Amino acid sequence: MDILKYTAVELGRKIKDKELTAVEATQAVLDRIDSVENTVHAYVTVDREGALKKAAQIQKKIENGELTGPLAGVPVAIKDNMCTEGMLTTCSSKILYNFVPTFTAEAVKNLEAAGAVIIGKTNMDEFAMGSTTETSAYGVTRNPWNPDHVPGGSSGGSCAAVAAGECFYALGSDTGGSIRQPSSFCGVTGIKPTYGTVSRYGLIAYGSSLDQIGPVAKDVTDCATILEIIASHDLKDSTSVERETNFTDALVDDVKGMRIGIPRDYLGEGLDSEVKEAILSAAKVLEAKGAIVEEFDLSLVEYAIPAYYVIASAEASSNLSRFDGVKYGYRSEDYEGLHNMYKKSRSEGFGPEVKRRIMLGSFVLSSGYYDAYYLKALRTKALIKKAFDEAFAKYDVILGPAAPYTAPKLGESLSDPIQMYLGDIYTISVNLAGLPGMTVPCGMDSKGLPIGLQLIGDCFKENNIIRAGYTFEQSREMVMPNMKGVE
Amino acid sequence: MSKQYETVIGLEVHVELATRTKIFCGCSTAFGGAPNTHTCPVCTGMPGSLPVLNKRVVELALAVGLATNCQINQYCKFDRKNYFYPDNPQNYQISQLYLPICHDGGVEIETPEGGKKIIGIHEIHMEEDAGKLIHDDWEDCSLVDFNRSGVPLIEIVSEPDMRSAEEVIAYLDKLRLIIQYLGASDCKLQEGSMRADVNLSVREAGAKEFGTRTEMKNLNSFKAIARAIEGEKARQIDLIEAGKPVIQETRRWDDTKEYSYAMRSKEDAQDYRYFPDPDLVPVIISDEMIDATKARQPEFRDEKMARYMEEFGLPAYDADILTGTKKLADIFEATTAICHNPKKVSNWLMVETMRLLKDREMDADKIRFSPEHLAALIQLTEEGTINSSVAKEVFEHVFDEDVDPQAYVEEHGLKMDNDSDALTSTIEEIVAANPQSVADYKAGKKKAVGFLVGQTMKATQGKANPAMINKILTEILDKM
Repeated sequence: MDILKYTAVELGRKIKDKELTAVEATQAVLDRIDSVENTVHAYVTVDREGALKKAAQIQKKIENGELTGPLAGVPVAIKDNMCTEGMLTTCSSKILYNFVPTFTAEAVKNLEAAGAVIIGKTNMDEFAMGSTTETSAYGVTRNPWNPDHVPGGSSGGSCAAVAAGECFYALGSDTGGSIRQPSSFCGVTGIKPTYGTVSRYGLIAYGSSLDQIGPVAKDVTDCATILEIIASHDLKDSTSVERETNFTDALVDDVKGMRIGIPRDYLGEGLDSEVKEAILSAAKVLEAKGAIVEEFDLSLVEYAIPAYYVIASAEASSNLSRFDGVKYGYRSEDYEGLHNMYKKSRSEGFGPEVKRRIMLGSFVLSSGYYDAYYLKALRTKALIKKAFDEAFAKYDVILGPAAPYTAPKLGESLSDPIQMYLGDIYTISVNLAGLPGMTVPCGMDSKGLPIGLQLIGDCFKENNIIRAGYTFEQSREMVMPNMKGVE
Repeated sequence: MSKQYETVIGLEVHVELATRTKIFCGCSTAFGGAPNTHTCPVCTGMPGSLPVLNKRVVELALAVGLATNCQINQYCKFDRKNYFYPDNPQNYQISQLYLPICHDGGVEIETPEGGKKIIGIHEIHMEEDAGKLIHDDWEDCSLVDFNRSGVPLIEIVSEPDMRSAEEVIAYLDKLRLIIQYLGASDCKLQEGSMRADVNLSVREAGAKEFGTRTEMKNLNSFKAIARAIEGEKARQIDLIEAGKPVIQETRRWDDTKEYSYAMRSKEDAQDYRYFPDPDLVPVIISDEMIDATKARQPEFRDEKMARYMEEFGLPAYDADILTGTKKLADIFEATTAICHNPKKVSNWLMVETMRLLKDREMDADKIRFSPEHLAALIQLTEEGTINSSVAKEVFEHVFDEDVDPQAYVEEHGLKMDNDSDALTSTIEEIVAANPQSVADYKAGKKKAVGFLVGQTMKATQGKANPAMINKILTEILDKM
């Protein structure tokens, strides 16, 4: 019996039905980590003892009826930019190499209350800045489908861990596609919810107005179930909203009459032909199941990337200023005076991509440039939101690719940052408009790498994309990488 | 100095708001806790923490804005001011630049010449205070205390409407009273709950353009502000007379040396890279909130003075002193409400209370005695239970220890002796013993009575009722 084949919800049910225990599931995950982690390197921190101890405690609570939720006893991995009390939290940066938070992020607390067993913290692009998980200060994560390829990013560790069976589900965060793009590259399912759905309290900020935590798992049912648990109206986060969170109600195999729009701009130049073919055949599946599918023009697509890099970098330049070597984290060993300490600690503690974005962000906020760059980007953001509003007047769901291509090889992306930024074209505008978006696996390319279908909904209409994703998912077998090769 | 110069002054006044908790977290704002005990992940800027606005801060800032005749931005926002300094845990301060809560107001002051003048208020914005750095010379290191980090402040930025130190003091005093009366802050310069930075320039009298200004910091008392203004004015005039330029810079006033020195010039000015804080949502101030704040507005000093004169018939001089601090006015009103004798209450506050405050080197807001006890003391004198010299003695104990005067008088046997038979026989003895005084009295020297009264008081150890002594003595003398 291969425990690791189960989805998170299936495992939760087996534990509840006493076919399996939380400890057995946790041990299975730890064994898989032992055998594949040398190659995949999905984790920054694995908490073996803590996880086994927790699993035993939770098993007791399940047995005496204290814990009855669908994910009680199921092992989870947390992206390393979410605070976990007493457990190292690095953001995959040298500057936080020794940072142990004194509190736990609200989303993680919600999982803990539901009986989650935290296995450890997953690798990511440093401070979530990157699309390949190669900018981590703790080494690259490899794609479980082919270790010569990247897993995508920035939640590459979370997505790779799910694909490789190193956990049953994971939390990621998505500022410009950081859940949806690596989900696509790793052949897993991930949701970036509407801005404000999941509390950001305890999420170490990159671009505060764009960041959202979301689930990464094997299928849509898992993702809807996880999202229902982590979503909460949190008074500690001023941008958190009170809303309906009945996501599992939308797990229905029916899209009759659903209006689905495909932006023509998403199918043009730059899109890999195999990816395009897979996306269009996924659309055909939904059409065959009764959806009304048509192509349309979504304007302003080309402005999303510049607007995003201005806004996210501006916020990041300020958000990351607290990492200064004064109170915690890395401090240069050799400095003279305060300013030199700041300079050296930050120069030595941050990697090149983070420095690039801090410089870019500082520049666009500096006096004389604020109006020309930052304000203009904010206005562009508002116009992009308007373009989506118009689209959602006509469609329930917007369908397209999650990325223009499948996972590139390691080392191919970082040399040309502009090219890497352009790879975010299909995911970024969703963050700018605050919309929910989901990636569902929809096929493989000729190299054997997964292709992901992106479904975008209007604000607070997660249930439309969950229903479309669930319906599509019924048309194909779930495939996970065969890890035999790397074991 | 051949030419005539005019001084142009504007103020930036920071006021610590009297909220129970900090502006963006639930930590206490209490002053004087052990270092870093009033802190949490939010006010120490820990990764992942987020600010949530304390509604009370908005209410108090709004109340100050309305009381200073400001326009209100009913849609206002917080911005981040980015700069690196270790007392600032996030390396940005959450403040307001683009849409501050209040703007375009003003208050009326009395000028030294006796006229009235409006000092414009450019804006009032809300922001968080920083922590405190403490340098340890012994270990040669700096330590930081974040207890003050996140304490709410408002910054009141005036227009450059003041022309002298006197006007500056009058403006500050006006602000202080308005804010104290609102209960929005205790406004103490010495303790830092009110801080003023002075922007000053000079120009030739009659000139239209402003001169180059400097900003003066570290002013901890009204006296220091007055001295700093005089000093800076003289420094700038000397420069101009010598044909040298005034440099736009920030200067630090050293009140013990009575000299200021340059901290940083405009060229070194930092670019704060302000932008709207994405962790906070816009603050929407409803018409209802404005109306409710207006309705809750207390009676301010000018109205109070007018009412004291009108309702209680107090002279302007009394009304001015009584309303000079909110504490004194509160005691006056509470005591009057109990004993219905405003003039007597006023006298006790104006004379004995002021004397003891001066003697004990205390501020009026440190007064501890209760209105009930002052009212009881007045009651005892009015009904003739104690005489005035005993009353003064008892009041000292009321002032220092807030004793119950009734109990104190009884315990110490200070009651006035109202036994007229006993008093009559005492007086008869004194009259008999002092024939010369009787003769003087009979000869028309009315002063002689005073001596006999004094002798009687002495014989009764001060407990006799002076009015009664006078009455009986006059009767006896007139019968003789």
